[in-house]
Amino acid sequence: MSYGQSASGEAMRTAPSHTVTANAPYEPVFCGDRREQLDRILTRYPTRQAALLPALWMVQEARGWVSEAAVEEVAGLLAITPAFVKGVLTFYTMYHQHPVGRHFIQVCTTTPCNVCGAEDVLSALLEHSGCKDLGQTSADGRFTVVEAECLGACGFATPIMVNDTFIESVTPDSVPRLLSELR
Amino acid sequence: MGFPNRPHPRETPILSRFFGDAGARSLQGWRQRGGYEALDRALDTDPQALQGIVKESGLRGRGGAGFPTGLKWSFMKPDGKTHYLCCNADESEPGTFKDREIMRWTPHGLVEGVALAAHAIYAETAYIYIRGEFTEPLARMSAAIDEAYAAGILGADAMGSGKRVDIHVHRGAGAYICGEETALMNSLEGRRGNPRIKPPFPAVSGLFGMPTTINNVETLATVPHIIKNGAEWYKQFGRRDNPKSIGTKLFSVCGNIARPGNYEVALGFPFKDFLYDLCGGPLPGREIKAVIPGGSSVPILTRDEAEGALMDYEGFVAAGTMLGSGGVIVFDDRQDMVKQIARLARFYAHESCAQCSQCREGTAWTTRILERIRDGEGSVEDFDTLLSIADNMSGKTICVLSDSCATPVISGLAKFRPEFEAKIVATRGMVTVGRAPRAIAN
Repeated sequence: MSYGQSASGEAMRTAPSHTVTANAPYEPVFCGDRREQLDRILTRYPTRQAALLPALWMVQEARGWVSEAAVEEVAGLLAITPAFVKGVLTFYTMYHQHPVGRHFIQVCTTTPCNVCGAEDVLSALLEHSGCKDLGQTSADGRFTVVEAECLGACGFATPIMVNDTFIESVTPDSVPRLLSELR
Repeated sequence: MGFPNRPHPRETPILSRFFGDAGARSLQGWRQRGGYEALDRALDTDPQALQGIVKESGLRGRGGAGFPTGLKWSFMKPDGKTHYLCCNADESEPGTFKDREIMRWTPHGLVEGVALAAHAIYAETAYIYIRGEFTEPLARMSAAIDEAYAAGILGADAMGSGKRVDIHVHRGAGAYICGEETALMNSLEGRRGNPRIKPPFPAVSGLFGMPTTINNVETLATVPHIIKNGAEWYKQFGRRDNPKSIGTKLFSVCGNIARPGNYEVALGFPFKDFLYDLCGGPLPGREIKAVIPGGSSVPILTRDEAEGALMDYEGFVAAGTMLGSGGVIVFDDRQDMVKQIARLARFYAHESCAQCSQCREGTAWTTRILERIRDGEGSVEDFDTLLSIADNMSGKTICVLSDSCATPVISGLAKFRPEFEAKIVATRGMVTVGRAPRAIAN
């Protein structure tokens, strides 16, 4: 699947598939390859704690969100308290503390995009995705739409992010087709 | 050059020369374009001599504060301690998207600059802190670093010099404040991104408690060009009557403008020519109403003020604003300035790390008051309240996020007061028919 062209002229990468399994028994994230990857990351820093942000990213990539059980697993691996991990987790807006739709859509509405009509793009995304309100997931589990602060692509208004994929120059008119390509 | 637009003859493309040229992304491509010659030479040069060349060149930090780069480096002495270099790629200032393009198009240029700077400050380890949303720049930088390790440019024997240079990328996770240098260090250490009280300054006690230098992407990408061509070469860029602003600068242009994108010009370029000639002026049938020239944290200019400004550190100060990060936001005559200033305040309220009361409360109340004025529910007293809060938010907190929120409010109220008053008159006029003058005074 491709989300069309980026400004660089190349096809955008495919989004990772997110499985939303809030009630399943907890299986550790850091086994096998992922444990090896974390061990490699740990060699970059003089403290174990410094690998916290990368570790939380790995959890989110694997599970789609960061659960309480994952917080405890990460805390144990990095020799810090779960409370410390939770404090860091809640500071950063990109970590999900609850399951989200398969396609997590962030829409920039900060001033530079706002003056180019970002609010209309946001409205179109809410309307066509079936998400009733900001932060809510559509009934089919496909979409969650949130308002984001400056995504750093102001010259390509309005940029949106779908999971880890950047899509530039979105307009209200391009929204229906864009969403139809996200299964 | 004016990526994604065609290059303009009045640009001076040094950093942006290969924007849009996908061939420049690979190691081979970068070498064919003269890459890594500066690093090769620098690794055999004494760090203090490198510090001297950069000091002589007049290069100043391109992230916003404009601190002289060579002077910052000279704080790092050979003291036997572990030193660190941090490259600030947390580009989050609304209106700014230049570092993103440097990393997307010329990742090896940044690797070269980071490795060179690490050597110049007696560091063996450098971290590039990239904001979490920049997934493509992150992938490009990671690929370039892998290539550089495989080719022996990085590692225990960098380019055969016998010196160790390691570079790691570290992905942020969505927090504007991590672009503040001490917050960035905390984030790298696996903490909440709260800024630290200075002193101690990073050069004394920075990342992991060790002497640390933090430089912006654009600054570090510039350094190899200076080392390769010499300080005298770099000094030719800039206006003759202002030796304090030297070199070229990338300006990101966005908002209501015909050709948004990045443009690289010599400092001191006339802002009017920049807006109308390079960027194509306002959209058809529109007029420019206001311009924020250096990212959302600097004072707003009216069109007349902007058209008279010169684009360098001192030129923008003379016009009553700042160069900042070079993020130019253009507002045309359709825009409701009250709404847009309220939106900026909301940005700062969202991004406040909340450790200082003046910022946590100030940004939140400023947003609430501005939004109620926007919605026609404000009163004239609100103006004084806003200015009083702004005063309490300026110069009183650990970092300058709080000041950055106050800035557009103060400049916006001063320059677009009739727009604010119109919203109040409209409200009062409806509520108190027949008593308009007295009602306004209240």
